[in-house]
Amino acid sequence: MREFAARFIRSPEGVAGLVLTTCLLAMALSAPYLFPRDPLSIVGRPLLAPFADPAFPLGTDRLGRDVLAGLMHGARTSLLVGISAAVVAILAGAIVGTLAGFSSGWFDEALMRVVDAFQIVPGFLLALAFVSVMGASLPLIVLAIALGAWTGPARLARAEVLSIRERDYVAAAWVIGMHPLEIAFKEVLPNALPPVLALVSVIVAGAVLTEAALSFLGLGDPNIVTWGSMIAEGRNVLRTAPFLSIVPGLGLVAMVLGVYLLGEGLVEALARRRIRQ
Amino acid sequence: MSKPLLQVRDLSVVYGRRNAATHALSTVDLDVAVGGRLAVIGESGSGKTTLALALARLLPPEAVVEGSIAWPGLDRSPVGGRDIGYVFQDPGSSLNPVLTIGEQVSEGARRHLGLSRGAAKKRALELLERVRIPDPEAALRAYPHQFSGGQRQRIAIAAAIAANPLVLIADEPTSALDMVVQAGIVRLLDRLVRDEGMSLILITHDIALASGLADAIAVFRDGRLVETGPTPQLLSRPANAYTRMLINSHIDFTSPRLIEAG
Repeated sequence: MREFAARFIRSPEGVAGLVLTTCLLAMALSAPYLFPRDPLSIVGRPLLAPFADPAFPLGTDRLGRDVLAGLMHGARTSLLVGISAAVVAILAGAIVGTLAGFSSGWFDEALMRVVDAFQIVPGFLLALAFVSVMGASLPLIVLAIALGAWTGPARLARAEVLSIRERDYVAAAWVIGMHPLEIAFKEVLPNALPPVLALVSVIVAGAVLTEAALSFLGLGDPNIVTWGSMIAEGRNVLRTAPFLSIVPGLGLVAMVLGVYLLGEGLVEALARRRIRQ
Repeated sequence: MSKPLLQVRDLSVVYGRRNAATHALSTVDLDVAVGGRLAVIGESGSGKTTLALALARLLPPEAVVEGSIAWPGLDRSPVGGRDIGYVFQDPGSSLNPVLTIGEQVSEGARRHLGLSRGAAKKRALELLERVRIPDPEAALRAYPHQFSGGQRQRIAIAAAIAANPLVLIADEPTSALDMVVQAGIVRLLDRLVRDEGMSLILITHDIALASGLADAIAVFRDGRLVETGPTPQLLSRPANAYTRMLINSHIDFTSPRLIEAG
């Protein structure tokens, strides 16, 4: 474990990602304590420029809402949606992929055609359609994003399982009479997971962007501040007060970059250990 | 002699489709006595591993099996793990890298002896002691990569005999190991089979190993049973030319003499 940390520290992108995500996580976690008021409430004069009033370091928007409060509370939504969507997508993908790869035959075919069906529809359109039909609450948005993201993990898990199920320890499990489902989920799935988990960072980053895009289009949860809705809000005054869109935009960039770099660093540190083994 | 433990009659195994079929085994007849030790020897591709897989019912679904495998020494059909233990060739791949040794060794005992978690753990500890793993208490919590090849094979053997099977099938259990470790594994198998009263089916290409461990030998070639008989008889008076050739071709410096003079 200590060795792994040492290898991780040696990769600059990993450290940069760790710093970025830690900052964003700290922002998200401290938001309700630093800004206990609803970030959607009006607190001051509208369209105050950044750094003009020490009470509102990042200024206020068209309705006089604190931009800094919005930014910090928005980090909460982004992280929450991104991580939950990735967890749902990886779980669903790993389970479907394991079942498909392990069973083979018509069941495999059927499951993989379902995967195909989901994969040919662009993920964002799928999320858009789902949210506009089912309504926009946070759990539904998570589900909508996961709907377009679970196919990658499913394919990867299946490919891994196809090779792992031929290993001797799986045969050994058959010999001692383990139930096929038990073999699939106890013996095979844990060995198939590492490459699937490498997808987490990509899925989280994509989910953050999809969530922002949905909010930008006004399909997000209207009762929660999100960076997407802040950008949409600022769009109306883009010429007079561009910072209203730029500030949450920078937040998005930092989040996506941070998560992605962190993932890269982790995967690389893990891969290096494997090479040495 | 009493009822044999295992009776193979007219066993044929064909891999693949009709137009590209491979006869891995054809019309094999074979008996294994209760408590008997049978060595199945033959070159690569002779069908000896297919025989082992067929006995353990591990053949892939596309294999077509004809003939019968009966267990007269057993009044029910055999249960994998409970009645058959299987040791694979490569201990590097026969243990699951993400499960602890304790979990893997106690699995069979928990499943077939109906032991509780605690009792199964005790059983695993006892098994690891019996196969001479140093510091078995710590080994229970360790993972396969923390052990050497020879130790892993010992652990795999412990897992295979966890539920006191009647027969242990060992598919080239020493081929992936070096000479010194091989000798240790052979001694271990010998001791375990004697102490537990298990039958042993040893698949090997090493005729010296077979002669030291088994009381009967079956020689396979191209999927057919060439010759079978008690070890001393088969080695001293091989009836078949191929068997004679196998015995004669076995000359190397490290192996013990096949038959002691006198």
